[in-house]
Amino acid sequence: MVNKMVKVTNSQGFHMRPATMFINEMAKYQSNVTIKFNGLTVNGKSLMSLIAACIKFGSEIEIVCEGEDEEATLNKAVELIESGLGEE
Amino acid sequence: MLIYGIAASEGVGIGKVKVVTTSPRSINYFTPENIDEEIKRFQKALDGFCEDTKKMALELEEAASKKEAEILNGHIMMISDPFVTTQITDEINNGSCAEAAVEKILNSVIEMFKATGDQLTMERATDVEDIKSRLIMHLQGIEAVNLSKVPKGTVVVTDDLTPSMTVGITGEIIYGIVTAKGGYTSHSAILSRALGIPAVLSTSGVIEAVKDGDEIIIDGMAGCVILSPTEEEIVKYTKKAEEFALMKERLNAYKGKPSVTADGDIHEIVANIGSPADGVIAKNDDAEGIGLLRTEFLYMNRPSAPLEEEQFEAYKKVAETFAGKPVVIRTLDIGGDKEVPYLNLPKEDNPFLGYRAIRFCLNNHDLFQAQLKALLRASAYGDIRIMIPMITNLGEVREVKNLRNQCIEELTKEGKKFNPDTPLGIMVETPAACIMADKLAKEVDFFSIGTNDLVGYTMVADRGNSQVQNLYTVFDPAVLRSIKQICKAANKAGIPVGMCGEAAADPALMPVLLAFGLDEFSVSHEKVLNTRYNMSLWTKTEADHIARHALSRDSASSIKRYLNDKLKRRTK
Repeated sequence: MVNKMVKVTNSQGFHMRPATMFINEMAKYQSNVTIKFNGLTVNGKSLMSLIAACIKFGSEIEIVCEGEDEEATLNKAVELIESGLGEE
Repeated sequence: MLIYGIAASEGVGIGKVKVVTTSPRSINYFTPENIDEEIKRFQKALDGFCEDTKKMALELEEAASKKEAEILNGHIMMISDPFVTTQITDEINNGSCAEAAVEKILNSVIEMFKATGDQLTMERATDVEDIKSRLIMHLQGIEAVNLSKVPKGTVVVTDDLTPSMTVGITGEIIYGIVTAKGGYTSHSAILSRALGIPAVLSTSGVIEAVKDGDEIIIDGMAGCVILSPTEEEIVKYTKKAEEFALMKERLNAYKGKPSVTADGDIHEIVANIGSPADGVIAKNDDAEGIGLLRTEFLYMNRPSAPLEEEQFEAYKKVAETFAGKPVVIRTLDIGGDKEVPYLNLPKEDNPFLGYRAIRFCLNNHDLFQAQLKALLRASAYGDIRIMIPMITNLGEVREVKNLRNQCIEELTKEGKKFNPDTPLGIMVETPAACIMADKLAKEVDFFSIGTNDLVGYTMVADRGNSQVQNLYTVFDPAVLRSIKQICKAANKAGIPVGMCGEAAADPALMPVLLAFGLDEFSVSHEKVLNTRYNMSLWTKTEADHIARHALSRDSASSIKRYLNDKLKRRTK
């Protein structure tokens, strides 16, 4: 299991478009992805759960990956969030 | 018959009713005999749903409605979420029929979204409702509504406009949308605005009162519909529709553009709002930030004062909506004219000359500091600026600063994030503050001229009293001189000066305000583009010239006539 704290930098946070982009990318990996935020534990591969978590701009979140390709999964997740989840 | 609802998309439509029902038949619950077959039936309906939705998204994309296409593609993503499909199949495995399983699981998702209390997330619940209805309709073998085949001039009357219904519809064919549900930020509203079709939402009783083919008028500005209109009403609204079309063409050119004068001087056009939800609306209307967020909504209609945490969440929401752009938040502005039992505000003979706003806050430190701390904490999430109302002297400003410094100390101790340089400014709305503007400007980070009160206090006239209403005017030379003096003091001290009263949106006053050096115009959201247009009409030299001539006149009526005449010539 690997984990890392990141700060959400895009203005919309995990709303429809950014969340969709995130789970689409995560689906390419084998590992389980969990996001810990505000006392919640959210399945990072479920769009509905991500939207319901209301993760906003500026939030500090912890990403936990577990599985064969956990390192690569975590790196990708962090990269996506730090680069603003596709926001222009 | 006239029925009012929520004005959700501007424009006027006169046409014939088409009633559309979006809901599936009531579910016929049963216990499936063959569970594998039932799961297959669900899979087939799901595939059909995704296929149809994809087709609709493609059609929309071809029709250059990218945003709507994206919403529909989002539906496919949402329903393909394994978290959801697994729960549905589990439910069927437990003996539910497919319809019941879809209904139960998607209802729980809807509840989950609604429980967040977050505006945007709660709106996604509408998407899940749409998915649920259409998926159940697929299971029931009902074909989706197709609005692309209705005759030109149709006004759609429906329960709720769903993204799937908007496929293939255009303003050419559909003259209006009337729904029983939804608010200004609902999907129905966003979709109708994107399509440029007039819409009135949350009208009660319309569906029941009309049938296909009935004549109907819809006014998306006033937020009303007229059933069985008279000849006279049709003439009146035909004219209104033509005027609207002209104005829209003119204003659209200003969307997304900077707010500049004819010779390129850049200013800021921001919005006045009364709640975080209004912030979303203001942003859609192209406001460059918030010039006044009234915070009274947090204090009214409740048994006790809002705690720091609740306030923080509300302010943070607006800061995030305008990520990085200025959000000016006014501290509590309340007095004996309002009913707020827990504040124990005494009834007064003259509440507007009495114990109110900052005067009250400076005597109620706990209440005031909870607000200041919440505002400071929100500054970690955007460009928050704190604005103090009803300032009359320097002592009040210094007292506020002391309290603010105490809050900063406490927040530092608590380890909370905030911007220690959060700007602190004042409303200049009393004659005393105007006279002392040069001194005040050295103590604060910005001014905002509250013309509604400044006019009242300067002219000593209550705008609500018809016998002195002629005195209540921003065009009075005494008021204009005051505004000039305030702007001058701010410019000299090098601090920005804005205006958040109704005068900021007055087209006739624009050249005068530009000449005075006003930096920021804070107007109600629907006037943002209009104000930008008005600004573009004048160069600084012309504005200076007009202001000089206006101020040389000695009565409100003469100044008003002169300015209106100038505007009329310019816009002719």
